[in-house]
Amino acid sequence: MLANKKLILAHFWLAFAVFGVALTLGAWQMFIRSPIGTWLSNPELYYRSLTAHGTVMGYVFPTLVAMAFGYAISESALEQRLVGVRWAWAGFWLIVAGSIMAVIPIALGRASVLYTFYPPLIGNVFYYLGVVLVVVGSWIWVALMSINLRVWRKAHPGAPVPLAMFANVAGSYLWAWTAVGAALELLLQIIPVAAGLKATIDAGLARVFFSWTLHAIVYFWLMPTYIAYYTIVPRAIGGRVYSDTMARISFILFLVVAMPIGMHHTFADPQVGAGFKFIHSAFTALVALPTLLTVFTICASVEIAARLRGGRGLFGWIRALPWDNPMMLALAFSFVMLGFGGAGGLINMSYQLDASIHNTQWITGHFHLIFGGAIVIMYFAIAYDLWPHLTGRELIDLRLIRTQLWLWFVGMIVTTFPWHWVGILGMPRRMAYFDFSDPAIAPQALSVTLSAVGGFMLLTSGVLFLVILARGMRAPQADAGPYRFALAVHQPATVPVALNTYALWVGLMIALTLTNYGYPILTLALNEGTSVPAVYVGAQ
Amino acid sequence: MSARDLFTFRNRHFTTGVGVTAAILIVTAIGGFIVLPFAQPWVQFANVWDAICSAAGLPQRTATVAAPEQTRRLSGVVLTSSTLSRSSQEAIGRGATLAQRCAICHGPTGISRADSPNLAGQYAAVIYKELHDFRSGARTNAVMSPFAVGLTDQEIADLSNYYAYLPRLPAYHPTPQLPKPNIVIYGAPMRGIAPCGSCHGSLDNKTGSPWLEGQSDAYMKAQLEAFATGERRNDISQQMRNIARAMTPQEIEQAAAYYASQPPDVVKAVD
Ligand code: HEM
Ligand SMILES: [Cu+2]
Repeated sequence: MLANKKLILAHFWLAFAVFGVALTLGAWQMFIRSPIGTWLSNPELYYRSLTAHGTVMGYVFPTLVAMAFGYAISESALEQRLVGVRWAWAGFWLIVAGSIMAVIPIALGRASVLYTFYPPLIGNVFYYLGVVLVVVGSWIWVALMSINLRVWRKAHPGAPVPLAMFANVAGSYLWAWTAVGAALELLLQIIPVAAGLKATIDAGLARVFFSWTLHAIVYFWLMPTYIAYYTIVPRAIGGRVYSDTMARISFILFLVVAMPIGMHHTFADPQVGAGFKFIHSAFTALVALPTLLTVFTICASVEIAARLRGGRGLFGWIRALPWDNPMMLALAFSFVMLGFGGAGGLINMSYQLDASIHNTQWITGHFHLIFGGAIVIMYFAIAYDLWPHLTGRELIDLRLIRTQLWLWFVGMIVTTFPWHWVGILGMPRRMAYFDFSDPAIAPQALSVTLSAVGGFMLLTSGVLFLVILARGMRAPQADAGPYRFALAVHQPATVPVALNTYALWVGLMIALTLTNYGYPILTLALNEGTSVPAVYVGAQ
Repeated sequence: MSARDLFTFRNRHFTTGVGVTAAILIVTAIGGFIVLPFAQPWVQFANVWDAICSAAGLPQRTATVAAPEQTRRLSGVVLTSSTLSRSSQEAIGRGATLAQRCAICHGPTGISRADSPNLAGQYAAVIYKELHDFRSGARTNAVMSPFAVGLTDQEIADLSNYYAYLPRLPAYHPTPQLPKPNIVIYGAPMRGIAPCGSCHGSLDNKTGSPWLEGQSDAYMKAQLEAFATGERRNDISQQMRNIARAMTPQEIEQAAAYYASQPPDVVKAVD
């Protein structure tokens, strides 16, 4: 039962429109710093573009996708009209306003601070206020998800919360809490300086606050993808979820351990004690657990589908899978990219190994593979799956969809593999220009060129995606029926209270945040003389 | 099914969840705060508490070696992007009077005929910093140092405001404009050299960096060489020394000749 289709479509369209713009900027960045581009002579333009690309891809695009999908889940999994539709629209318009407010100073070159803010670099205050509005808009969504679940619980006392909604609300709570770090950084530290009320800033403390947000935000990006793995893919390929309990445990684990590990982003920072770095590193190792559980459960679920279709043998069943189904294809691509990206992630999280790839192009290669690859390809799949239900029209051209997914997959591999490689060779990230005529880096010219070619494949795929969705708005009408999620092999009749509610896990998440962040934040905040003068973007 | 049934040690999810989390936290804390600190043979701790404080990142004041004696004076000037940003007519007037004694080298209109720097229209923060450095001895020059020692803070500020106010005029050594050498527009990223213009005004200006167009070729070359050898060291955090050291002699020559040949109108205005 999707009642508020307009609301959901508005979120999706805004998400994909800004994605298209940011994707174009990304391809341009690839081109301009590769040997096939000519030097801009003004690095500032590159950083404008980079700030816009990072801000959109990191904050605006995934947040809107999570919101759109969340509203769709709430209505269809709970089979209940969304409560608080007006508030939902208010959240949407806040995000629109925030994005416009942020993008104007970026375009004027007044906020080229990159999406990680980089204090003591300080840009125009409206950039930060815009980001805050986007976050506030998304918090409205968090509240609505919680309220809708509560309304449903009242009507169904003790009943198991449908898996899709359980995961969705877990993701929203994770986001609510993890965004607090960046919010504190912006409100207490950066905005007062940007507004001219203060002239110094404690950059070390700001980085610690940002790390609070930076790791768990990637799990917030990942949530829609994991929800799609568990609740869309098995249904779309004619199988069942291997274990409902395993799924719930995975989402609970994300809630608890995604948060207190962000200091693996500050391994190279002097202001954090080595003991805390070790604890964060150890907890980072734990966060691999829910992903391993997921990979196992999904492979088992897919195997069920294959055997139902007559697949035989130890591995022979793989051939029986519906490979022409876009959902199957997207899942396979996503898993391959998740596998490579995850292997790279193991390197990033190891204190010693990290030192050799810290701040190199390896990092950008890594997160494009995981985020742009494994995660975003499932965003495409979610959109394809929901579109007929939202538009009341069929997506006819499956071939084109398959081409689009193939192009994204191949493009992402071609882009990111050489990207990792030049990182290992030591090429720094966030650089506007490389002099490939210098013998020291001339051998890297080929790899960087390859990456740029991959970038244009991705751009083509992105355009194709938008074309498919746009054509879907004008296709012949067809009733897609009610939107359904995958059923489990053993569909739960009752679920233990701990696996049906969040209080315990949210409690642990907050407790671990206090133990793992409390002391470093307090000492940095209380220490005198740790602030440095702000450096204003574009100031003379 | 209510919170009361959940938050009790009779609920095995509660016991396991809290127990496992606490156990992991305790084990990793012991590893990070006690085992690993002592595993570093090159660090000595008086006791366990000492090791814990060190691993927690508590700032310690127990340095055993004395900081090396600073043999040369470093620049003590603090500049922000708003230093001297508001000048008054009176300040400029006072500066004009004071500047009469500078004119013999720097020219009556702030344009030098003597391979001294042209000061007309230079950023105020730059003149302010250099005068302070000459006065404190962070930068030394047989001619300039005696002039600077007697100046008060107020006089330095007035002089800076005055020269910043003068119009930027073409220099006295008109040579045909040279094409831009690579070192100026690209820098040399692999040697850590940013394009000159990213600080010195034609692309962007970073507080404290002078614009260079039309300055004397000989003067700029001498300064780059002084930075490279470490003879001049009043640049904050070695910003220029790091760059000059990495430049080749030809690049120094090209950069100096290029800037000397430029008219001052490409410089970013100060707002
Ligand atoms: C959905 C896909 C994508 C996402 C989520 C994404 C996200 C991001 C983010 C968060 C950054 C960091 C910005 C920063 O370092 O400040 C970034 C940087 C970058 N992205 Fe993307 N991006 C995506 C696709 C692409 C594509 C397709 C290309 C190329 C065609 C691209 C090219 C770049 C480049 C060149 C950088 C700058 C790297 C550097 O200089 O350090 N991105 N991207
Ligand atoms: Cu992380």
